[in-house]
Amino acid sequence: MGSIDTGMQVAPEAKPSAGAVSKLCAKDLNFHYGSFQALRGISMEVYDKRVTAFIGPSGCGKSTFLRTLNRMNETVRHSRVEGEILLDGENIFKLEVSQVRRRVGMVFQRSNPFPKSIFDNVAYGLRINGYPNRAALRDSVEQSLRRAALWEEVKDKLHQSAYGLSGGQQQRLCIARALAVNPEVLLLDEPCSALDPIATAKIEDLIFQLKDSCTIVIVTHNMQQAARVADYTGFFLLGRLIEFDSTTVIFKTPAKKETEDYVTGRFG
Amino acid sequence: MTSFHLLRRKAVNAIMLSVTALCTLFAAGTLVFILGYLFVHGAKSLNWDFFTKLPTPVGETGGGMANAIVGSAKLLLLASLIGVPIGFLGGVYLAEFGGSTFSFIVRYTTDLLNGVPSIVMGIFAYTLIVLPQKHFSTLAGGLALGVMMIPIAIRSSEEFLRGVPLALREGAMALGASKSKSIWTVVVPAAKHGIMTGIMLNLARVAGETAPLLFTSFGNRFWSPGWEQPTSALPVMIFTYAVAPYDDWHQQAWSAGFVLLMLVLSVNIAARLILSKRVAAR
Repeated sequence: MGSIDTGMQVAPEAKPSAGAVSKLCAKDLNFHYGSFQALRGISMEVYDKRVTAFIGPSGCGKSTFLRTLNRMNETVRHSRVEGEILLDGENIFKLEVSQVRRRVGMVFQRSNPFPKSIFDNVAYGLRINGYPNRAALRDSVEQSLRRAALWEEVKDKLHQSAYGLSGGQQQRLCIARALAVNPEVLLLDEPCSALDPIATAKIEDLIFQLKDSCTIVIVTHNMQQAARVADYTGFFLLGRLIEFDSTTVIFKTPAKKETEDYVTGRFG
Repeated sequence: MTSFHLLRRKAVNAIMLSVTALCTLFAAGTLVFILGYLFVHGAKSLNWDFFTKLPTPVGETGGGMANAIVGSAKLLLLASLIGVPIGFLGGVYLAEFGGSTFSFIVRYTTDLLNGVPSIVMGIFAYTLIVLPQKHFSTLAGGLALGVMMIPIAIRSSEEFLRGVPLALREGAMALGASKSKSIWTVVVPAAKHGIMTGIMLNLARVAGETAPLLFTSFGNRFWSPGWEQPTSALPVMIFTYAVAPYDDWHQQAWSAGFVLLMLVLSVNIAARLILSKRVAAR
């Protein structure tokens, strides 16, 4: 395995940052769980209407960084964050936390539908943000389910429990639920790690469709997946962002030795 | 391994199996025995009058315990009004907001409170309400039972709320819900079947309490209008009638015991059904 060619199909859209606008910008970000420092001086930009993937071995900090982008990590006791994250130029740590999370949606590793009906799951975010009009609510739910490519499968059972859906459907339901509040950024934390290849393919198709309307950041263990869906890829190791570039560069001509070792499978 | 060792192992296994099976049989058998005995003695003199008539004067046969049934219902209603909100909201606090030291203290004290003998709960209500008012009342009995409900209501609510996966809370907060919003719209609804089950079992437990009622609601052979007068209750009637020297009273005590047990049993079964429905919905 001396060659750098990984034999992976790289997303053809991946090209250098021509015309890309910064949506999220991390500046010298440190994150601590108690006395353990999980992130060390992360500085990077997430470009608007592009797909950015974070790869790296387990425990490298990629999920922690993702969860910092919508301030979900603050719910962890004894955690501490230093540095800035700018969302459209505004520091998210100075904004109202519920506003940050409404604008930066998140889908988790394991699908986590609420023990409610399919309709109520998707409507949840709208309802808590005050959405009084019933007809508009119904339209919004339908539109979100269509965007998540789930509408055709569930339109006849909207008022049945979400737990009756398959694992892949539940994950797309969670994506629909996140999309319902029209987030500007969608964070996906290993969304396919519990899914079979067919369900994974559906989610990846969905990511392609969504990136026209939404900025997407995805954490994945699966390098082929990063190569398939992402325009940009960041490689994390031991809490540091080792390299961040277009996906083509990361997988074909990485600048750092560690990145090369990881993407060629020599380590991790 | 020699055949001796093998034999020994088989013998030990057989002995232990029989001992554990016997103990289980004894536990289950006790319940079956009580049920059967109450059924044989209680059901035969149970009639419509038991549910509709007042107790008759001594020496006159017939009559019923309508006042005791209504009295028990009123006492349980009062007890729920006190025990359920305090227990449930206390459980929410412990499960969702309590810091570790404070929660530990609260949990420890509720466990202690749970261990307080029921007659002491009666004295508590007696001191708080009966003494200042200078008369027994439904109110005092309801308070005694309500306070008895609190520890188990708190702990069972807390346990069921804690059982709600972190993923659901995160899912709600990731959509912009505040912590309290996520608790009321996702966590509590997810735990509601369990919490309801806990409350029903708790009610069934205090429904049979006698000691705390003896000097709070006291007892009454007539209807007890309102909340300020002494009232009859099924367990107290059982006690009074069972120790009396009249045969027809003994019969009625059996009937009252049977009715009370059926009540507790049906609440128990209903609670289990609710809980299993929740599990099936998962």
